[in-house]
Amino acid sequence: MSIEPAVILLSALSVLGGLLYGFLIGGTIRIVMARIQSRIGPPIWQPYIDQLKLLFQRTSIRHGAMFYLAPVFRIVGGIGIYLLVPIVVGVPGLSGFSFNGDLLLILYFMFFGCLGMALGAGESGHPHAALAVSRGLSQMSSFELPFSLAVIALAAQAGTLSVAGLVEQQSGGVGNWFIFANPFAAATGLLAFLGMQMYSPFDIVLAPQEIPIGPPTEYNSSFLFLMMSGRALFGVAKAALYMNLFFGGADSVPEALLKIFLIYLWPVIVGAVFPRFRTEQSIRFFLGWPTVLGVAGIVFAIVMRANG
Amino acid sequence: MSDEKHITEIEDDLAARPYEPAVSPPTPPVDPYCYLGATEMPEPLPDGEAMSTFKNWCRANSLWIMAYGTGCGAIELRPLLTSRFDVTRFGMAPRPTPRQSNVLVIGGYLSLKTLKRVIRAYEQMPEPKWVVALGSCTINGGMYWDSYYTINRLDLYLPVDVYVSGCMPRPEAVIAGFQRLMEKIKAEEANGWNEYRKNIERYKANQKRVITDWDMPDYNW
Repeated sequence: MSIEPAVILLSALSVLGGLLYGFLIGGTIRIVMARIQSRIGPPIWQPYIDQLKLLFQRTSIRHGAMFYLAPVFRIVGGIGIYLLVPIVVGVPGLSGFSFNGDLLLILYFMFFGCLGMALGAGESGHPHAALAVSRGLSQMSSFELPFSLAVIALAAQAGTLSVAGLVEQQSGGVGNWFIFANPFAAATGLLAFLGMQMYSPFDIVLAPQEIPIGPPTEYNSSFLFLMMSGRALFGVAKAALYMNLFFGGADSVPEALLKIFLIYLWPVIVGAVFPRFRTEQSIRFFLGWPTVLGVAGIVFAIVMRANG
Repeated sequence: MSDEKHITEIEDDLAARPYEPAVSPPTPPVDPYCYLGATEMPEPLPDGEAMSTFKNWCRANSLWIMAYGTGCGAIELRPLLTSRFDVTRFGMAPRPTPRQSNVLVIGGYLSLKTLKRVIRAYEQMPEPKWVVALGSCTINGGMYWDSYYTINRLDLYLPVDVYVSGCMPRPEAVIAGFQRLMEKIKAEEANGWNEYRKNIERYKANQKRVITDWDMPDYNW
């Protein structure tokens, strides 16, 4: 298989666009949170200024090689998911490098970024970082279970392991979207999404006001720039993945932007309402009803498939 | 105090002598994964190079605060983040770690024990960095002026960019201080961090003069 240079260029531009859109969503969400707390909040372009400022800082910190590589791992995980997921079907550069079985690779990429960050944070030597990494990885293993169950349910119902194949199955009307075609799997996936985005009540990893900032405690300047870029891109890519899994994909760019924003907003709104879970509470949560719903989703999928 | 001199007298001496060579030259730790190269302590940047208009505009509009609540000043910093005062309007955000902060807010009096931690936190911050000192305690000791274990003039030990006077300054005054700092940054006048680099021997000598049980590295990255 050969990839044309034009496609590579378009994909690079698309990654840049996704990054900028991720920062824009971040700025919007800061304003949303401020309004919920009856504050005015920062201007919408605040994340861009923050990132530029981080680039203009001079760092004087040094730890080990893994410390420098971790932000790279993080952003590679984000770019990996972003490029595999079709953002808009049929548009070159945005349609994603989808192939049969890419769903499994996406599951791997999700773990990859966090694992790199865990290694880097561990090497920074800060006790808060190590503590947060252990919390984050335990929470992550617990929400991976319902998320995997939801993905398995969809794959069983659609008979395909490719994201593009799933989008194809949902074409032809809102009723075909998996949120209606398999509500159990969709509910499981959306609950797992809460844990994935690390907003409250599942923000024990970053744990503001407690173990101050978690894994990136020692990261500053351009390292932090890469890390925050990775987080922004990761967020957009995961929201795009959910759009493709449960909400029928997108046929045009505005539709994709709107759907991604609304999906991104879901954990934010939940986070504005609920206080933080402790680690064991969030593990118990994910291994409880979401897992039951996920199993129900698989049973539902098998029954639906058997009935044609 | 080992030399039986009152801290107020020591500080008068320090302020009278503008320059004193370091007690010992800074000894850099050696690490194979050196990010800055062979010289551990980077040279101070020339002021014109360090400051350019656009960069400074970005820096001034994205101040991340490390609030060092040493005294009663900490209670006046909390309302800054609430709906009544809301400093996030100016792009400010609280950061819990010195590595990610740009502004060190000293919230009141400093005992010698606290001064050590403040110096460590300040030196760990990435450059450029600024110090905002709140209240009379950081200016002249305030109500702790004659105390045996509290410093009176913060400026002898760390470069202070903006003082906010009062005991304690209300949040409005603190916001005014931050806005003054933003103006100074945009006007290329907030160069305290560069002064610290240039006069590192003098600052270190001053710090070691009052902190008699110096048990940290000479420079904390």
